[in-house]
Amino acid sequence: MQLFPCPFCGPRDETEFHYGGDAGNIRPDGADVPIDRWADYLYLRTNPKGTAREIWVHMTCGEFFVMERDTVSHKVLSSAALGGEHAA
Amino acid sequence: MTASRLATGGSAIDRSHPIRFSFDGATVHGFAGDTIASALLAGDVAVVGRSFKYHRPRGIWGAGVEEPNALVDIGGLRATPNTRATTEPARDGLVARSVNATPSALADRNAFLDRFARFIPAAFYYKTFMWPEWHRFEPRIRAMAGLGKVDADWASPGTADQVNHHCDVLVVGAGPAGLAAARLAADAGLSVTLVDDQQNPGGSLGHRAGEIDGKPAAAWIAETVAALASAGHLILPSTTAFGIYDHNLVGLNQRHFDGRPDTLWRVRPRRIVLATGAIERPLPFANNDLPGILSADAALAYLRRHAVLVGRRIVVATNNDSAYETAGALAEAGAEVRLVDLRRDGTPNAPANVRLIKGRALASASGKLRVDGVTLDDGTKLDADCVLISGGWTPTIHLFGQAKGKLAWSEARAAFLPGDPVDGIAVVGAAAGAVSLSEVFAGAGTAVASLGQTKAALPPRSTGPEATGGITAAWPLPGSKGRIWIDYQNDVTVKDVELAARENFVSVEHLKRYTTLGMATDQGKTSNLPGLALMAGITGRTVPEVGTTTYRPPFTPVPLASFAGARVGELMAPVRRLPLENVHRSSGAVFQEYGGWLRPAHYGGNADSERSIADEARRARQSVALFDGSTLGKIEVIGLQAAAFVDFLYYNTMSTLKPGRCRYGFMLSENGVVFDDGVLVRLDEQRFVVSCSSSHVAAVHARLEEWRQDRFGHGAVYIHNATSDMATLTVSGPNARKLLEMLELGLSLDDADLPHMAIGHGIYAGDEVRIARVSFTGDRSYEISIRADRAEPLWAQLRQAGQTFDAVVIGLEALMILRAEKGFIVIGKDTDGTTLPHDLGVDGPRTKRQTEFVGRRSLFTEEASRDNRMQLVGLTVPQGEAPLPTGAHGIKRIDGRLRSQGFVTSSYQSPTLGRPVALGLIERGAARHGETIDIQHLGKISKATITAPCAFNPAGDRLHA
Ligand SMILES: [Zn+2]
Repeated sequence: MQLFPCPFCGPRDETEFHYGGDAGNIRPDGADVPIDRWADYLYLRTNPKGTAREIWVHMTCGEFFVMERDTVSHKVLSSAALGGEHAA
Repeated sequence: MTASRLATGGSAIDRSHPIRFSFDGATVHGFAGDTIASALLAGDVAVVGRSFKYHRPRGIWGAGVEEPNALVDIGGLRATPNTRATTEPARDGLVARSVNATPSALADRNAFLDRFARFIPAAFYYKTFMWPEWHRFEPRIRAMAGLGKVDADWASPGTADQVNHHCDVLVVGAGPAGLAAARLAADAGLSVTLVDDQQNPGGSLGHRAGEIDGKPAAAWIAETVAALASAGHLILPSTTAFGIYDHNLVGLNQRHFDGRPDTLWRVRPRRIVLATGAIERPLPFANNDLPGILSADAALAYLRRHAVLVGRRIVVATNNDSAYETAGALAEAGAEVRLVDLRRDGTPNAPANVRLIKGRALASASGKLRVDGVTLDDGTKLDADCVLISGGWTPTIHLFGQAKGKLAWSEARAAFLPGDPVDGIAVVGAAAGAVSLSEVFAGAGTAVASLGQTKAALPPRSTGPEATGGITAAWPLPGSKGRIWIDYQNDVTVKDVELAARENFVSVEHLKRYTTLGMATDQGKTSNLPGLALMAGITGRTVPEVGTTTYRPPFTPVPLASFAGARVGELMAPVRRLPLENVHRSSGAVFQEYGGWLRPAHYGGNADSERSIADEARRARQSVALFDGSTLGKIEVIGLQAAAFVDFLYYNTMSTLKPGRCRYGFMLSENGVVFDDGVLVRLDEQRFVVSCSSSHVAAVHARLEEWRQDRFGHGAVYIHNATSDMATLTVSGPNARKLLEMLELGLSLDDADLPHMAIGHGIYAGDEVRIARVSFTGDRSYEISIRADRAEPLWAQLRQAGQTFDAVVIGLEALMILRAEKGFIVIGKDTDGTTLPHDLGVDGPRTKRQTEFVGRRSLFTEEASRDNRMQLVGLTVPQGEAPLPTGAHGIKRIDGRLRSQGFVTSSYQSPTLGRPVALGLIERGAARHGETIDIQHLGKISKATITAPCAFNPAGDRLHA
């Protein structure tokens, strides 16, 4: 069981968190967004081997945040509130 | 074998406490401190089980967790199948049975299978299953599969405790290495937890010679443990560290011997020291699985711990130095000992009274139900009632492997040792390949020094004779004669591994699956390395080139009860409960779970529930119904940007809603699919209440939070889930207003003041109430929300007032009929994961809205515009027919083939209409009203006519009646 650092609560068991997708998957607005762009937003994921920037939510405090972690070693590299300040 | 208990000795047993238990129906005598295995050996019981596949007679091999053969089912209160007799303490009155044997291990009626062994090689069952008609064999194969039997009547005597624990250093193993490391870490000021799977600490020092700091080993062990305990460190005996998980979480299973279930520990140490020892391997020779053939180290353990002499005329076969101590000790205890060492040179000296035969290996063993002799590779025959084997030592590196530690092959040790270090984990002692106590203690010193503490203490010194680790590898060889067992538990022989190689299952993971080598309860603790070394020999590779299979938890079997803890029965998935549950129960409510909530399905008790439901639905239309709708979502959205926020979250434009008014709408997912429906209430300019589906509150709340934080910013809106703050009591029906007028609610119920889709604020008995005119029944309805803890008097008064109007209290089942009569949908029942809002007939926002909302772009794809989409319809059946089965498919014939054109989503008998009503999703359904289609269910075809979804009061005037 991994320990994730919530920027607000500190290290907690992974069972308290939900995955929220790739960080930086910016939503394109509008009814006329090119369909490929919209499909990328909906479905295309980078799934990197190594360092990944991801959105997670700590369900017990309800806060979403950005976490950088290594998908191979499962090492957590950093976590930061959506506002940007570093906490890990 | 003529094993016996010696008159004196035995460090583990207490001769003043004799015990008795039964094994396969026979009485076995022993002493407190015996294991089931040591007591069976003392009673000269040779055959203790039958092998998995061939039902070969098997005896005790080891003295610990590695045991492949001696599995027993323990009966009684703490019944446990497939328990290792070598680790299970013998207890007075215990009932043990051999596994895979009928009626007993000694007289097993499936023993004949062994004569057909050459017809059931590796993968026999896989191949059998590929025959076209394998089902003919299935019942017999199933009856023979598995080892121990689960007692179907077994009930847990309680729930297992689960403990979360933190410490600086967790030391796994309380042998010489673990004890030394624990003491050093403690002296350096670190908090230590020391766990060991044995009841008594000491590890190999319990039966192997050692003198430490000038003291006998036993004295040093006692002193070390006492020092740790008095300094407040935690020592857990009878506790197995079964797994290392991500970020060095360690799982421990602690046994108790007082009737309590085991305890699960989740330990988060800063550092882990693995002092897990090593396990002795067998040697390859024909019939090496006969009862009476044991691990040499186990024989020494039984002698010194339990005073059990495993035989009188003993052959010890070895390729390494460790068996010499065993041979000497057995000779000293009075046995005739011949020591066969395959090495010609470099062996230790023969112990006193031991005949040493150098440069020879065993070719075969003979005997039927127990070994009676061996033949050496030069043809020499030796009589024996017991044969002891030492094929070298396999370091117990399972936990290191689980932590993703890489292994390094050591030719000198003929074993895999821990390779590059893993963050936070040190491996010490025999697990790291150390042999002598001096090496062991030096390694412990280095490991603790690496923890980074400045206060260094000196490790203990070995002051006695030192063990040596000389070994010449003796792996099973391809082309060997006879039946040479590699894996005792799974009946894998040299020939099976050769067959796997011939059929190209040469990868070690494939070898495991194909032959079952290393599977089942022992997980190949004695067999994995010989098996892969043989594969290396067959395929011309080195052992490290073949590699090991992946190490996975658990190291030894862990009861599921430990993992479950208190999460059993009702606590497995706790239901949410209504504030008025007890009131409903006393009114005869029958409860069911709906979307995680325990709610009244109907009233009137269990008898004739269908009639109760129909009565409730019929009477609700006649006068007035009372319904507990407290589960309905009440999520408040508050803030400067609240209106913009709900506009974005909803498919429908919500910002145009006036304060005090309600609007029905959909929430979509980004892929356009309808995610939830419900009513949005606007309390004032900057405050809304999202009244989402009961079972969807948590998901909707999470979605609101995500968009709030990700798009609008923390300060723009605030979200508060007030669902369980308030109870919601619903009054619905033609007489709803008349009923409410009998209560003092402190507000005008005049339709001009409180029209349909509006809210009003009142006071009931001093508490604020919110009354919403929304309807899920199609009749005039009032939803009254009040503080949950003040709901009971209001409900009582509503019921009291209701007597005047023959009011009926209805459960969820009747409500489902009422809403289906009106064509009102339930998301997830009348919709699926492809349903878009316009499939439900709500196309306005899609065509008119100019502002952004969740899922918008997905409503303009090719797929969304397809002209044969499934659309919501009503379905009627010919007069006199029964309701359609929910889930039945509408079918059509294309080129002679049946094809689905949609399905029934909701179906009920309407007591008010006196006929069935149904909803469905049907291709192009909205344009096909009036068309009759075929409906198929379980091969039977019936007719149904497509209609508008609403079957009752399509004009909708009853909302205002
Ligand atoms: Zn948090």
